[in-house]
Amino acid sequence: MSLTYYWIAFYTMVRKEIMRFMRIWPQTLLPPAITTSLYFLIFGHFIGSQLATIQGYSYIQYIAPGLIMMNIITNSYANVSTSLFINRFQKNIEEILVSPVSELMILLGYTTGGIVRGIAVGIVVAAITLCFTRLHVQHPITAFIIIVLCSVLFSLAGFTNAIFAGKFDDISIVPTFVLTPLTYLGGVFYSVAMLPPFWQKLSLANPILYMVDTFRYSVLGISDIKLSHALAMIGFFTIALFFYNWYLLKKGVGIRS
Amino acid sequence: MHPALSIQNLKKTYASGVTALKGIDLMVKQGDFFALLGPNGAGKSTTIGIITSLVTKTGGTIEIFGDDLANSARAKAQLGVVPQEFNFSIFETPVEILANQAGYYGIPRKVALNRSKDLLQKLGLWDKREQQARFLSGGMKRRLMIARALVHEPKLLILDEPTAGVDIEIRRAMWQFLTELNQQGVTIILTTHYLEEAEQLCKHIAIINHGLIVENTSMKQLLRKLAAETFILTSTQDLPNALQLTNFSYRLEDAHTLVVEIDKQQNLNDLFSQLIAQNIQVQSIRNRTNRLEELFIQLTMDSKT
Repeated sequence: MSLTYYWIAFYTMVRKEIMRFMRIWPQTLLPPAITTSLYFLIFGHFIGSQLATIQGYSYIQYIAPGLIMMNIITNSYANVSTSLFINRFQKNIEEILVSPVSELMILLGYTTGGIVRGIAVGIVVAAITLCFTRLHVQHPITAFIIIVLCSVLFSLAGFTNAIFAGKFDDISIVPTFVLTPLTYLGGVFYSVAMLPPFWQKLSLANPILYMVDTFRYSVLGISDIKLSHALAMIGFFTIALFFYNWYLLKKGVGIRS
Repeated sequence: MHPALSIQNLKKTYASGVTALKGIDLMVKQGDFFALLGPNGAGKSTTIGIITSLVTKTGGTIEIFGDDLANSARAKAQLGVVPQEFNFSIFETPVEILANQAGYYGIPRKVALNRSKDLLQKLGLWDKREQQARFLSGGMKRRLMIARALVHEPKLLILDEPTAGVDIEIRRAMWQFLTELNQQGVTIILTTHYLEEAEQLCKHIAIINHGLIVENTSMKQLLRKLAAETFILTSTQDLPNALQLTNFSYRLEDAHTLVVEIDKQQNLNDLFSQLIAQNIQVQSIRNRTNRLEELFIQLTMDSKT
């Protein structure tokens, strides 16, 4: 198969994914905009105005990068887990499986769809952020790298979830009981330096802390964790999940009987 | 010339331990219209599932036009499939469904949209092109699946019970469409529970039962195997209870209906001579059942014993 073939097949998969989340924009793009506005209004404006600055930034400025990252993470994950599971459930995945599209291409197609939604939501949330406060990105290249890496990682995690999900409940359990608590406890609303030593150490076991902290560093220039450690950890999990998902697809887990 | 489909020693045992295929061999020549028949649970869907890469095989090889299906994207590119169940996204429009499917085969979007238009027009779906698939009727959904299977112009088309649940008018229109397609050179493999459909359309036939091929021959040869046919004759007058038909096995179903079994060695002229001699006027005559159906039952029953 030629490069043109691979490009057209990949473009078709990604286009389909983008059309899907755009078609249902009131479920995909609007909720993050509304909830983020509420966060800024309540935590940033009403409560935040009463709080002292954190490492030289107002509270609303301090939480802004975390909120953007939180939305990128949850939306990348949700896009792939929902889309792939529904495609398995309705058997639409068979349209791809009967075609010459390879397992690698399937993985890349769904993952890219998740990345695009994660970044699209990130842009929407960033635009809302700018309505409430001013942000100046200190390290734009690091910001770009961390946004792409995190959306890739959580798209891949959503893929794994969808492969193993047997019913609709299974694609909401992980986001509700794992992803959301880890995100809220991952330093979105506070600096881990404020925590007692035990909780500080425990927080270091939370992978989302590294992502939020690194993104905050790239935007505000302040950090609780070493950048190289965070990037190495995110990179490692991304590569590991990528190959794990590819292996699952090659084995036909969840897609072939 | 390579066969359109060549299957050697194909085996499948599911994780549950159920063995669906015990090692089947099958060859379908290019340009054939081939029927794969079998009772429920015989292994038809598993066979189709493996050919279409939806089921993993336990053993054996499959070649499509000489290319090994396991290692060749080209083999898959030559294959079109119409599955038994609707499996398109119900939230997409027919145009989107067809253009996306074409994209998976590397067909540029512009070309795909043109082909989609042609196919939707041919199959009477053009008016519904912008309507979400969930709003289409059952017959329209079936036609949409046929259009989708053809959008990349496959040389081998596999249809798994394509006319299940559609009315007779649509069924006949589909038969016409498939016959024309076959005449254009597309090899067609069909599974169906309507044996009349297989008898009308197909040149060759294989019957699968309990994971084994129990018959694989031409339709003509298979029908020649039919030892006897049952005919139902109706008369305008009351049939006499003392009716005598020499050398024929028969019975009176009611006062106007006579059921006669005729062996291959016998002919209808003898029967009519005897009826005329007894002043019985026959108003109509018909087969009791579809001829293929009788053979099908016979063959699948034989393989049980």
